[in-house]
Amino acid sequence: MPAVSKGDGMRGLAVFISDIRNCKSKEAEIKRINKELANIRSKFKGDKALDGYSKKKYVCKLLFIFLLGHDIDFGHMEAVNLLSSNKYTEKQIGYLFISVLVNSNSELIRLINNAIKNDLSSRNPTFMCLALHCIANVGSREMAEAFASEIPRILVAGDTMDSVKQSAALCLLRLYKTSPDLVLMGEWTSRVVHLLNDQHMGVVTAAISLITCLSQKNPDEFKTCVSLAVSRLSRIVSSASTDLQDYTYYFVPAPWLSCKLLRLLQCYPPPEDGAVKGRLVECLETILNKAQEPPKSKKVQHSNAKNAILFEAISLIIHYDSEPNLLVRACNQLGQFLQHRETNLRYLALESMCTLASSEFSHEAVKTHIETVINALKTERDVSVRQRAADLLYAMCDRSNAKQIVAEMLSYLETADYSIREEMVLKVAILAEKYAVDYSWYVDTILNLIRIAGDYVSEEVWYRVIQIVINRDDVQGYAAKTVFEALQAPACHENMVKVGGYILGEFGNLIAGDPRSSPLVQFNLLHSKFHLCSVPTRALLLSAYIKFINLFPETKATIQEVLRCDSQIRNSDVELQQRAVEYLKLSSIASTDVLATVLEEMPPFPERESSILAKLKKKKGPGAVSVPELDDKREAGLSFNQRIGGSIPASPCRCSTPSPSADLLGIRSAAPIGATPTSTGSLLVDVFSEAGPAAPSAAVNDDGFLRFVCKNNGVLFENQLLQIGIKSEYRQNLGRMYLFYGNKTSVQFASFTTTVSCPGELQSHILSLNVQTKPVEPLVEGGAQIQQVLNIECLTDFSEAPLLNIKFRYGGALQNLSLKLPVTINKFFQPTEMTSHDFFQRWKQLSQPQQEAQKIFKANHGMDTEVLKAKLLGLGTALLDDVDPNPENYVCAGVIQTKGQQVGCLLRLEPNGQAQMYRLTLRCSKDSVSMRLCELLAQQF
Amino acid sequence: MIKAILIFNNHGKPRLSKFYEHYSEDTEQQIIRETFHLVSKRDENVCNFLEGGMLIGGSDYRLIYRHYATLYFVFCVDSSESELGILDLIQVFVETLDKCFENVCELDLIFHVDKVHNILAEMVMGGMVLETNMNEIITQVDSQNKMEKSEQSP
Repeated sequence: MPAVSKGDGMRGLAVFISDIRNCKSKEAEIKRINKELANIRSKFKGDKALDGYSKKKYVCKLLFIFLLGHDIDFGHMEAVNLLSSNKYTEKQIGYLFISVLVNSNSELIRLINNAIKNDLSSRNPTFMCLALHCIANVGSREMAEAFASEIPRILVAGDTMDSVKQSAALCLLRLYKTSPDLVLMGEWTSRVVHLLNDQHMGVVTAAISLITCLSQKNPDEFKTCVSLAVSRLSRIVSSASTDLQDYTYYFVPAPWLSCKLLRLLQCYPPPEDGAVKGRLVECLETILNKAQEPPKSKKVQHSNAKNAILFEAISLIIHYDSEPNLLVRACNQLGQFLQHRETNLRYLALESMCTLASSEFSHEAVKTHIETVINALKTERDVSVRQRAADLLYAMCDRSNAKQIVAEMLSYLETADYSIREEMVLKVAILAEKYAVDYSWYVDTILNLIRIAGDYVSEEVWYRVIQIVINRDDVQGYAAKTVFEALQAPACHENMVKVGGYILGEFGNLIAGDPRSSPLVQFNLLHSKFHLCSVPTRALLLSAYIKFINLFPETKATIQEVLRCDSQIRNSDVELQQRAVEYLKLSSIASTDVLATVLEEMPPFPERESSILAKLKKKKGPGAVSVPELDDKREAGLSFNQRIGGSIPASPCRCSTPSPSADLLGIRSAAPIGATPTSTGSLLVDVFSEAGPAAPSAAVNDDGFLRFVCKNNGVLFENQLLQIGIKSEYRQNLGRMYLFYGNKTSVQFASFTTTVSCPGELQSHILSLNVQTKPVEPLVEGGAQIQQVLNIECLTDFSEAPLLNIKFRYGGALQNLSLKLPVTINKFFQPTEMTSHDFFQRWKQLSQPQQEAQKIFKANHGMDTEVLKAKLLGLGTALLDDVDPNPENYVCAGVIQTKGQQVGCLLRLEPNGQAQMYRLTLRCSKDSVSMRLCELLAQQF
Repeated sequence: MIKAILIFNNHGKPRLSKFYEHYSEDTEQQIIRETFHLVSKRDENVCNFLEGGMLIGGSDYRLIYRHYATLYFVFCVDSSESELGILDLIQVFVETLDKCFENVCELDLIFHVDKVHNILAEMVMGGMVLETNMNEIITQVDSQNKMEKSEQSP
């Protein structure tokens, strides 16, 4: 008999579901759902008490509606009521509703906790399991507080049923993950570890997840689990396929548990105890041997289960990285899988081999499979497998095979899937640089890269080739010749024009001797591309032209003619116009000596980590990129610091502080006519920010934020694409902020969205700030500015500022930016005037130690009186004259207005001109306010 | 850890969604759509693993799926799980459903959402595997059904 007979469902529910399924359109479906929601709502609100069956029916309907993607905003209370029913069916449906629909922030948690508490103490195993499931599914902090001490007891008690133990183990794991501080294992540790010996395999299965997690966090306390795990594993591996009865899966004994045991062992180094280690090595050998035995079944499940264990065993062997014999056997096994007809196995084999490639014992063995891997890259039908093949080629690359691998990757790029092209480009660029013995090969490779996949060559890649060419004089002539040839192509990628313009501008003289590439030919070649290029490239070309005037005086007249024409000198783009005007003037008034100094060849770049590597790391996560370091000792050439964790230059994403290499020519300081604002000109900056979707913290503007503590208007943020201005006004506990988003480019921003989130709103329902926004237009045209208004209400005092998150698409790339909005507690100050007597009386009243916050700090800015006064007024308080007996000191008073309360604040700032120090003291009627104000202000003076 | 378990049909209609991490309702629906989009465009006979979509956490997470007749079973897991192990787990889940519903089909999942949730709960709890033994799972489900019957009869 089937466990669920088909006739016993609820009729009303079945009818409703059928109705929905018969709806011809989305509208009809929504209509039917709304009707049902109204019906259920009225039933819930009605006077007539519902019986358990009806409640269950309605809750089931709500679940179904939720699954279809509709919000359910009621019914929670009814579900909670069902929990306290004595009937299993009702209780169970109540718990189901809660685990699907209630999140950990719900205000109902307290009521739910009560029901759980009753069920846990009921000694009815079914009820206990339901309750434990609920805790594990919701897993909120409040639940952890209520049950973290109770559950370990249930887990290790002698009289607990096995099924309850299983649930208790995973429940505890969930609580440990959400609130590790509340789960204290201490006295339970050894009894939990011994669950690995439990008779019931289900208990071991559940417990091992818990033990693995605890071992990762507290390896020392749990290290006794190693020998227990080894003996359990050994018992399973050596058992006949029938010994474990129900836990034998398609003739494989307990595959899931074996995998988990092997994973647990990967949390530890190889066992020190010789006997344990011997036993483990025996297990691993048995597993490897079994792979060679004929299969006991033709079913895919059999081979899956067997190979699942095998792959985990190989991972453990790689993790130990100490048994050359096992490593080589593992590598051979994976080599067999590389040609297996099961795609899944090929995928996993490529992936495991990636890690094997970094072991010194097996690196060579992995390399023998290069042809198979190259073949996989060319012929696999599945892009995810090709991706793994590319990863493996990257991992197995060393100097002996770099040329072959780079060539294969380049040729694959021509047909590669769009989704992996950018990553492939980065990898080729890194390998080419890392293993370049001869730099002409490097230059050829990168130029090929631009030719084949120009659209996917990010700025980092072409910045890097320029850095290398500039720093290595033996390759400069070759580079100039090669770019010159590459530019001959009738259609060449804009990135090629950039590299060409830069390199010819610096080193065009090295090939000028050949009449086929005389100065004028070079110039005409570059200029023939000029009109097809975007503004930043044209700006770069203009700089190349002025460099030409210096390199080749004979081109001066021609170039001046070009600069003088209306399309340059009156260009609508400010940057281009300015460059044209300045370069024209510079070329006509400066003497040759001055010109030669100003336009001198670029100095070598400081050595730093390749920004390409940084970009790849950001794309893939740090673990995934480590280039094998085995063969790292470079014989010749510059060694660019490539080790992970090497110095990463601060990312200069704000144009107001250009790095020395930001200006293409370095004429900023030397130019006789005003400095060139480089709004589009910071071409050589290592920009890792901006383009990453997953690095919001990188762009959080801490100092931008601090500049606004004492003022309300100004520019909050600026980079090459976007400027954000701010105007704000505050009255009592209300504020209004205008945000102005300016598109600095000539290209439209698409899907422009902004969201404001208040800290705390994710953790709790206690909001300190209420910020209302209207959505902005999704399109921001080039050069346009849009405005957004925020209405702010201060509910209670706060310390974290709200976060503004901006997302938009700029030329296909998703831009993501997070900024702290400068809403600080002092914005809600009302100034209070008072006499000296009143001031000191109140000062004395606020004398409890926690009401005072004090900081002594060095002056960051000049100690000018007027500036200080302006800042203190900007703070929002009243600046009180003739109050402090020492006229050097400043005292202020104000009241912070929040919705719920008013907080009186007194401030005293004592400058010490000689030491260039300040002492700042704050006394407020609420201690959290003193603290926060003190932190904010200490960074202002 | 298993982050989410999704079942949808060949047209992308969700038949079961269970998230073991909290997302807003809206995001959950978007994840289901995104996952369907990623999985459904793949040929038969390609491998059963792929990197997760952006919404679920990108390449740190893996989608492991099986396609049975009209239904896709997708598990989204982190790197601590064995891919082949999860593939077997999906098989255990499906075989269990098959035993409980006797030749399970899409309609069973539609009309018995609550049962499917219960069966899954006997296997996976809070994103971790509770039990892999099919007979044990079925015993639990059976005893629940008996209780249900006994409550209905009087």
